[in-house]
Amino acid sequence: MAEKTFAEINAKIRAGKAVVVTAEELVQFVAEKGVGRAAKEVDVVTTGTFAPMCSSGAFFNFGHSAPRIKFHRVWLNNVPAYAGLAAVDAFLGATALPEEDPLNKNHPGEFRYGGGHVIEDLVAGRPVRLKALGYGTDCYPRREIETVVTLNDLNEAVLFNPRNAYQNYNCAVNLGPKTLYTYMGVLKPRLGNAHYSTSGQLSPLLKDPYFRTIGVGTRIFLGGGTGYVVWNGTQHFPGLLALPEGAPPVPAGGTLAVLGDLKQMSPQWLRGTSMLGYGATLSVGIGIPIPVLNEEVCYWASRPDSELYAPVVDYAEAYPNRRPGNLGFVSYAELKSGRIIIEGKEVPTAPLSSYVKAREISNILKQWILEGKFLLGEPVQLLPGPDAGITPKTLEIRDSGRRNR
Amino acid sequence: MAPSKVVLRFPAAIADKPIIFHLVKDYDLMINILKANINPHKEGTMVLDVVGEKTEAGLDFLRRQGVGVQPLTEDIVRNEERCTHCGACTAICPTGALYLERPAMFVRFDSEACVVCQLCVRACPMHAMEVRF
Repeated sequence: MAEKTFAEINAKIRAGKAVVVTAEELVQFVAEKGVGRAAKEVDVVTTGTFAPMCSSGAFFNFGHSAPRIKFHRVWLNNVPAYAGLAAVDAFLGATALPEEDPLNKNHPGEFRYGGGHVIEDLVAGRPVRLKALGYGTDCYPRREIETVVTLNDLNEAVLFNPRNAYQNYNCAVNLGPKTLYTYMGVLKPRLGNAHYSTSGQLSPLLKDPYFRTIGVGTRIFLGGGTGYVVWNGTQHFPGLLALPEGAPPVPAGGTLAVLGDLKQMSPQWLRGTSMLGYGATLSVGIGIPIPVLNEEVCYWASRPDSELYAPVVDYAEAYPNRRPGNLGFVSYAELKSGRIIIEGKEVPTAPLSSYVKAREISNILKQWILEGKFLLGEPVQLLPGPDAGITPKTLEIRDSGRRNR
Repeated sequence: MAPSKVVLRFPAAIADKPIIFHLVKDYDLMINILKANINPHKEGTMVLDVVGEKTEAGLDFLRRQGVGVQPLTEDIVRNEERCTHCGACTAICPTGALYLERPAMFVRFDSEACVVCQLCVRACPMHAMEVRF
């Protein structure tokens, strides 16, 4: 079969003739009519995910006051942002917490407000208190400023998330005797529940496991606006996990760094989030179009929940102590059924990733493309895939006097 | 004064022990079980109407056995605007009042089945579950 190019597909989108389906619809299409026919007929597959993504944040430029100030410390609604940039630039991280937050002093802490909530307040158009301290220079004499800003008042507000859209993720369980409060939610003791957090057959990077189409410059749905993949995410480990029974290997942990104009986004798709006993974060909506360049791309994009697997990991001992290994694999079909079997025990499952929102995103992105207002961005460089041989580095504790460099 | 209606939560380890029996025998209480969801080796819940002079002592006895005791004076409501249908509450809710409607995966809330244990109020990452007094 002949390969399609990005340019050919974009020409069809402009002409209003592109065939676009969601990943959920493609699963159905291929099951009924086969991969070969789907690859010929379908031009673009849209994916979606909506879940807490901690490595998120935003760059701001606040404009200059009179007299001018060079931020040395800066807070938005009392949540500290990073000011180690030019005078009135700052970066606010999604997990930053207010100065007076009780944290986990009364465990489990509630973490009701943090950087992610500030970002949600801004995109919702709500006023946010800006407080900053300077140390005074000849060119930036002001030492203190306190004011109120809205998103429209800012010169630039750019969502820049260094790690989003995890390709696959652990199914978290608790083998211990006590309830655990984790970034994977509340885990009840002795296998009381199992939490997972991808949208399975709708999840963007599970549908392009070899990174044949996604790379630097891929245009995406980000937080309700248009964004871009700008690099691989941090902790990008796209190697495949081998399943014990000789089933096809499973994508492991590819990630994306994404960027977009916060002023285009909406609180419906960027939501401040609190994980009991863990911290505050931001839930992000992301949708990625996969161009059906050939039959192989189509094949991977059409894998159903029953062929996509997550490793089951214990968060009582194994995860916190970085012990390798897992308690086996479960398919997303099993996870979505509501019950899985672990070590002979039936365990109720629950997602942290909203499948409802993921489906909605894949449909919105499909609509944007059908209306001709969203063209595919051809990557200037694809991201490293499974064959790049990337393996995780660990942080070792060394003597501070070590001088072997 | 001790509340007459209480929500009890039984940890899995004691769900199969005779406990309520002692309220009658040792504390001379008149009890009326309004709702109960108790199964062996599983976390259980019960809504109990208690009348008697030794109500407070009886409830203290329950707490010593590891039973969670909360007054039933409130309702739980869902803030539809804030709920993103993620599902994080569904394996936490002990009565199945919060559940996923499959295969569409919408989170549904059956307030009839809710015993106001309030676990969802703190566990919901979006703070969509609210206590209404």
